[in-house]
Amino acid sequence: MIEKKSKKGAFLALAFVAALLILVIVLENTMKPTHMLFTVLKKGAVYALVATSMNLLNGFTGLFSLGQAGFMLLGAYTYAILTIPVADKDSVYYLYGGSTVKFSLPDLFGGADTAPGLILGVLLALILGGCVAALVAWLIGLPVLRLKSDYLAIATLGFAEIIRAVFQWDKLGPVTNGANALKNFPTFSSFNITNANGEVVLRLSTFVAFLLSAICITIIVLLINSSYGRAFKAIREDDIAAEAMGINLAKHKRLAFCISSFFAGVGGGLFAMFANQAQAKNFTTAMTYEILLIVVIGGIGSISGSCIASFLYVAASEWWLRFLDTETYIGSFKVPFLRNGFRMVVFSVIIMIVVLFFRKGIMGDKELPDLFRKRAKTKGKAGAEHA
Amino acid sequence: MQYGISVLLSGISLGGQYALIAIGYTMVYGILRLINFAHGDVFMVAGLMMVYLSAALPLGAALPLVLLLTVLLGFAIERAAYKPLRSAPRMSVMISAIGVSYLLQNLATYVTGGLPQMYPELPLLSQNVSIAGVTTKWVTVVTPFLVIILVLALTQLINHTKVGMAMRAVAKDFETSQLMGIKINSVISITFVIGSALAAVGSMLYFTNYQSIVPLSGALPGLRAFVAAVFGGIGSIPGAVVGAFIIGISETIIKGSNWSVFSDAFTFALLIIILVVKPTGLFGEKATDKV
Repeated sequence: MIEKKSKKGAFLALAFVAALLILVIVLENTMKPTHMLFTVLKKGAVYALVATSMNLLNGFTGLFSLGQAGFMLLGAYTYAILTIPVADKDSVYYLYGGSTVKFSLPDLFGGADTAPGLILGVLLALILGGCVAALVAWLIGLPVLRLKSDYLAIATLGFAEIIRAVFQWDKLGPVTNGANALKNFPTFSSFNITNANGEVVLRLSTFVAFLLSAICITIIVLLINSSYGRAFKAIREDDIAAEAMGINLAKHKRLAFCISSFFAGVGGGLFAMFANQAQAKNFTTAMTYEILLIVVIGGIGSISGSCIASFLYVAASEWWLRFLDTETYIGSFKVPFLRNGFRMVVFSVIIMIVVLFFRKGIMGDKELPDLFRKRAKTKGKAGAEHA
Repeated sequence: MQYGISVLLSGISLGGQYALIAIGYTMVYGILRLINFAHGDVFMVAGLMMVYLSAALPLGAALPLVLLLTVLLGFAIERAAYKPLRSAPRMSVMISAIGVSYLLQNLATYVTGGLPQMYPELPLLSQNVSIAGVTTKWVTVVTPFLVIILVLALTQLINHTKVGMAMRAVAKDFETSQLMGIKINSVISITFVIGSALAAVGSMLYFTNYQSIVPLSGALPGLRAFVAAVFGGIGSIPGAVVGAFIIGISETIIKGSNWSVFSDAFTFALLIIILVVKPTGLFGEKATDKV
């Protein structure tokens, strides 16, 4: 989540993340579990991961791709297909008389009710979901990565639409359940620890969402700070100069595309866990746009910006602006305009204002610790001048 | 045989409607190097305006008013959302276009309450006619001719008037034409005005065929029209028209077969193939920095 320049910085970042995770556990077990906050936190965590993966491509490598929803779809479907318990397959796939995938990963490790079955099964399915997305990204990348800027954007957008069409295809029904939703797989709530009577002892659902997303984002941050990350940034700044410095353009672009898609796939799996279902019609171009807008609001090229923006975005759209959607009376005076749909209008106006007037977003291309560091530095400078 | 004729007829008419949208894309791209993602939504808004205006006014007044309001909308979008970003990187303008598209869709959802709206019946256009034993609406027959007339008028405008010359100059080289005393802002505005007007005409034809309008009805036709523009060679108006007819006909053929789920997939596959094989499109000029 935070750029680590030194061991001290790394330690601080780790402590910050750990404190955040503990705070989430405490909050979840003290507050009402149906509170809107937890929906926002879970969805925010998922979107933070997807936005970060998009930022890796659009912000750090300078490849403007709009295929994120397609890769999320691949991850979500892989996750769902591999984790629906064998016992539930017939009821989920009732239109197609059962699934052709006769096994389920959690069942292989002892069933989704047991801790090892759940944890191993879910983790493996998520990783496989990411791998499928990365593999498809590699294949798509062969022709598409030769294109530049807006042509790349429109081609990736096209591929996302193609993937969506393929997954809704009737002939693939026994695997993908056609246009119907996949459900009954382990979700975030499956991680709540219950006692013998079925009462929840310890709520971990939001914690799990945060933990998984934090791990993935940390990996992305480590990647960005590695020599690969510096190569990506070099390509973003000037691809011809980067090539002249000995960076293999094709290889690095493909790498960035695959890694970004891998994490988008994992994010898609997490999204399925959040939404309790996976259905192709939800992964539309509008979703990609949503994620792109999060990246823009957070600042293109800032991981912490993407994380902050995704929580703000989800909270604003799902929670804080809800009141705009309900008709309100002050005394006998009916507040004008407030009715269903007004929330999204206000919201998109806010987004347009950010896009037009605050083009750097919340963080620009800086990370959270940079803000503190810079302030200290300017203070020191001012002091030196006085002396 | 009859089936073939009916598919061909509706394919040509759909292609003509796409062509009218595609011209808007291709002209804007030619000048600003911007994929105007909001163009498809302008098309949708034109349809919605027709729904509301025709309920309040007689058709004779509603039709020109829709045209005028759509033109104003296109003009306003350019001034408000694209002009401030003229010196910004291309990506920012594209994001702004996506933002406008999002705004228009949400606005449409708010106004309609999310319910599909029925497009009014236009006199003559909505009436049935039978050709070679196939019954179809007049709009199907009128569309290709109307498109050809409009395109011819547009090519005349671009090739033989002062404004057209300015447009060609700006499309060739933005900065140099500015140095030559061309007011690029007004040229760009005119481009948007023409594009929006054609989108309004396109929406009248399109929604007479597909009568229900939802806030998302502009998104996919818009993308398909963009693909058509790229297919024909972006920046080239005859190219956009030919591309649109090809896309329209192949879409109707696929929609009528067992592979109907893949109609959009085919369109995008066509896009990727043309981008990889011949990035300048069918009629495109020499390669710029696309690939």
